[in-house]
Amino acid sequence: MNDSRFAVLLPLRLPAPIGDRSSGGVLFSAQVGMILIAVLATSLAMAQAQGAAKPGVIDLLIKWTPLLAKGFFFNLLISVCAMALGTAAGVLLGMARISLLGPVRSGSWLVVQFFRNAPWLVLLFFVMFLLPFEFRIGTTVVPFPDWIKVTLGLALPIMANIAEIVRGAVQSIPTGQWEAARSLAFSRSETLWKIILPQCIKRMLPPWMNWYAILTMATPLASLVGVAEVMTVTGRITSAEGRTDLLIPIYSYVLVWFFLYCYPIAAWTRRLEARYAER
Amino acid sequence: MSALEGPIETPIVRIVDVHKSFGTVEVLKGVTLAVTKGEAVCIIGPSGSGKSTLLRCINGLIAVDRGEVYVGPHAVHTLRTDSEMVALRKDVSIVFQQYNLFPHKTALQNLMMAPVQVLKQPAAEVEERAYALLKKVRLAGKEHSYPGELSGGQQQRVAIARALAMRPSVMLFDEVTAALDPETVKEVLLTIRQLVEEGMTLILVTHEMAFAREIANHVYFTDAGVIVEDGPPAQLFGNPQRERTREFLRQIL
Repeated sequence: MNDSRFAVLLPLRLPAPIGDRSSGGVLFSAQVGMILIAVLATSLAMAQAQGAAKPGVIDLLIKWTPLLAKGFFFNLLISVCAMALGTAAGVLLGMARISLLGPVRSGSWLVVQFFRNAPWLVLLFFVMFLLPFEFRIGTTVVPFPDWIKVTLGLALPIMANIAEIVRGAVQSIPTGQWEAARSLAFSRSETLWKIILPQCIKRMLPPWMNWYAILTMATPLASLVGVAEVMTVTGRITSAEGRTDLLIPIYSYVLVWFFLYCYPIAAWTRRLEARYAER
Repeated sequence: MSALEGPIETPIVRIVDVHKSFGTVEVLKGVTLAVTKGEAVCIIGPSGSGKSTLLRCINGLIAVDRGEVYVGPHAVHTLRTDSEMVALRKDVSIVFQQYNLFPHKTALQNLMMAPVQVLKQPAAEVEERAYALLKKVRLAGKEHSYPGELSGGQQQRVAIARALAMRPSVMLFDEVTAALDPETVKEVLLTIRQLVEEGMTLILVTHEMAFAREIANHVYFTDAGVIVEDGPPAQLFGNPQRERTREFLRQIL
């Protein structure tokens, strides 16, 4: 029960609009991170001072760190896989958005709008129930574990948002580049893949990284569908220990892990944006 | 000297009664012209008279609504597939006002991309040619510079070299000096003059009247989507027959 209550309080950042160059968010999260670390430190000090007879909270955190790390690794695995999948599908969907064929354009528009405006948790449940837990190819049974389903579920909104980034970047390239490439006998698809998209990478990188950070912060949603990622593990630890004084320290601890992983990405994104803006 | 006086030859570029509209605006209202091999033809006229559109109809960047466009063996108005277009664009190169170099590629790569990747010519051979062409446009030593590191005039000369790297039989120039400052205009015009002297077939849309007068075999004056008057430069500039031509030349000279 604890799990779900805390899961709702996750720092799930709302998708930032593409091209949002405000650095306020990054500074803000830096401050939040500092506060988190301070909370963790004080709660640790207090808990350690009170519980003289029982094992100290710090000792407990150290004891459970390997298990938490295993759970956190699962979050990263899901985030990397979902990002790779979402990016590959998103690039193709973005291409479909600028297709010369009207039906392809409007069909892909619908897909993009649908997944951009769907709550991620609902998508996760949807995918969980939609896909079987195993499927057969001939006689071999291929298991379809929950974490892969979660990865697919999270890849869907990423796909839609990457598609919009790709479409926007392609359309921001001056038409002169198209004219020049076509005049040099490049076909439309060659122009797109060899001339236009390589020029888009620079523009796409910062928003792409931003979405990766958002995705990583959303991976604890997987705990709600039973995947043994860090939030699930944390829930199990707290119920096994049965110590209320452990709750705040251990969740702060997990938050700090996410912060230490996501903040450098955000800071790096901001630096890239600043550098590209100069040119 | 010009096609009109010389022996009758099949023109390498022939445009017959070409019409083109963008939405409700009719940009070309029946344009007919012919260019013989080795000729340098200039198209002059006020902005918005359809000059650039006409050039883009010749290499198929813009499809004509009505009329016929022939370049060498290609009937441009009938081309539909990519492979047909590739064949056309091997023969016709265009240089743009805004250079349109590929910013993520060096000067040398800009020259080599299309011959190697589209025309599938051997890279070593293309590279040798690319070095020679950059030397020809007086940019030896800039082979590995990116467009962003070059001046406007230098970029435009890379663009000319890139067009030449396709070994075209016809070159189109779309106001190639219009975006340049006066000092660098000279170096680009020098390069074009060199091509004229070598006997390249050129069609230039230009505002450089003195240059047109000097290098052109034939000059067309267009206004509002039609050719108002054409003739050898001495006649068109020295003794224009139409009032509209005289008015335009009075304003611009």
